[in-house]
Amino acid sequence: MNLTLKVWRQKGAGAPGRFVTYEARDVSPATSFLEMLDAVNEGLIARGEAPIAFEHDCREGICGSCGFVINGVPHGPRRGTTVCQLHMRVFEDGDVLTLEPWRARAFPILKDLVVDRSALDRIIQAGGFISAPTGSAPDANAILAPKEDAERAFDAAACIGCGACVAACPNASAMLFTAAKVSHLGLFPQGQPERWDRARDMVRAMDGEAFGSCTNMRECEAACPKEISIAFIARLNRDLVKASFRPRRAAAAAGV
Amino acid sequence: MSAVAALWSTSIGKKAVMAVTGIVLVGFVILHLAGNLKIYLGAGAFDAYARGLRELGEPILAYGQALWTLRLILLAAVVLHIVAAVQLTLTSWAARPVAYTEKEAVAATYAARTMRWGGVILVLFVVYHILHFTLGAVGYAPGQFQEASAYRNVVNGFRVWYVSAFYIVAQAALGLHLYHGVWSMFQTLGVDARSNGVYRGLAVVVAVVVVVGNVSIPLAVLGGLVK
Ligand code: HEM
Ligand code: SF4
Ligand code: FES
Repeated sequence: MNLTLKVWRQKGAGAPGRFVTYEARDVSPATSFLEMLDAVNEGLIARGEAPIAFEHDCREGICGSCGFVINGVPHGPRRGTTVCQLHMRVFEDGDVLTLEPWRARAFPILKDLVVDRSALDRIIQAGGFISAPTGSAPDANAILAPKEDAERAFDAAACIGCGACVAACPNASAMLFTAAKVSHLGLFPQGQPERWDRARDMVRAMDGEAFGSCTNMRECEAACPKEISIAFIARLNRDLVKASFRPRRAAAAAGV
Repeated sequence: MSAVAALWSTSIGKKAVMAVTGIVLVGFVILHLAGNLKIYLGAGAFDAYARGLRELGEPILAYGQALWTLRLILLAAVVLHIVAAVQLTLTSWAARPVAYTEKEAVAATYAARTMRWGGVILVLFVVYHILHFTLGAVGYAPGQFQEASAYRNVVNGFRVWYVSAFYIVAQAALGLHLYHGVWSMFQTLGVDARSNGVYRGLAVVVAVVVVVGNVSIPLAVLGGLVK
């Protein structure tokens, strides 16, 4: 099949960008979207032009590196699918596809379809951890976790940090990502000691980045390749409100 | 720093304030509808209700005292609701300086996407509504508005077709705001999200009852049913 691609090209951060049209010829429906772009890039390189920059690593939907907007939908039209796992068979011969990077002030464009998502890393650094003694391995079943909690924690832990939720959100809010990261630790017994500080610190870090504010539009949930539910956002909201009524751990220890 | 100040300093806390003030406003809208529907019981019942509002709480409270207390609570709720809405909206607008060339709404409902401008319509409506039925400052011929005859004021007010039309449009805006807002409230306050379907259903019922109930009144006046 043959496709027309309108791709956002931008030489570097802060440089002006524009859409450039390319033809993708003889695309096999069995190739992945990124393989199709690889082929287009080989053609560009052969002609002495700069290839289209896009981020990728595992190409099996687990690392969270890839992602851009295809015809107005992050990661393209298939639900629960990263763009590396999207296959060309979902498109039709003659389709015109617009490829645009995630657009958010918190995600500055580095080049073409590649954006800087370190704002998400900073949210994790603020509280996405548990304190545990290192050294000898703990006994496997020393701490019991109820099955339902473990399942829900795993649902949240499926987040790969791709940023599609921010890209999809009309407010460019990072609530789904933050909710997933706060919840997957907060649902486990090991995550309890820091639960309230974590919610507070990660929300504060999120507010400190240039993200917008959630209005429960549910676009994030629809775009998320891991189908993380907005039920986790409700949970984060609840944890943050509760946390505001509790002293910080350090303050509590000091008897304040 | 108190818990409420700590909350207000976060985006989620501001949303929680919008949800709590939203509950107050939804409660008001429902009670207001119950009062409005007394128009169908005739002038006597309706005017007695209007007077009763002012006598509420007597003899412990003075004439109008309870009503003014309620008005101040409502005013505080509206102010907090709007201040939080404006602050959060500005953050969100700043968060996407470059718009998408192409963006599809996959899940967001029309109501969810129009909360802000719909809210602006509601403010304008509330201002007009007070100037109109409470103060009689707009929409009446000189001397037509009589403070003690609420029933006559409503009938005379709604006989002007474009005033009725404006009320009906405003109710549509209110219905949309409630359809998203009543559901959104549960999500914002983190009430167990597994019952989402129930909250959605409740939002539909509240929105439909409020809009149908309120819109019926100008239609009944224009249709000559209430005169
Ligand atoms: C007066 C002007 C008003 C403005 C500017 C306004 C604006 C907004 C905005 C921007 C939202 C946030 C949307 C979201 O996050 O989902 C919202 C939510 C809400 N509004 Fe209003 N609104 C107004 C009046 C009202 C009135 C009169 C009511 C009651 C009938 C109401 C009830 C609600 C409720 C229940 C919510 C949901 C809160 C939440 O999201 O948790 N609002 N409003
Ligand atoms: S919540 Fe979903 S869309 Fe958002 S970063 Fe995680 S995996 Fe990506
Ligand atoms: S490249 Fe790893 S998720 Fe797509």
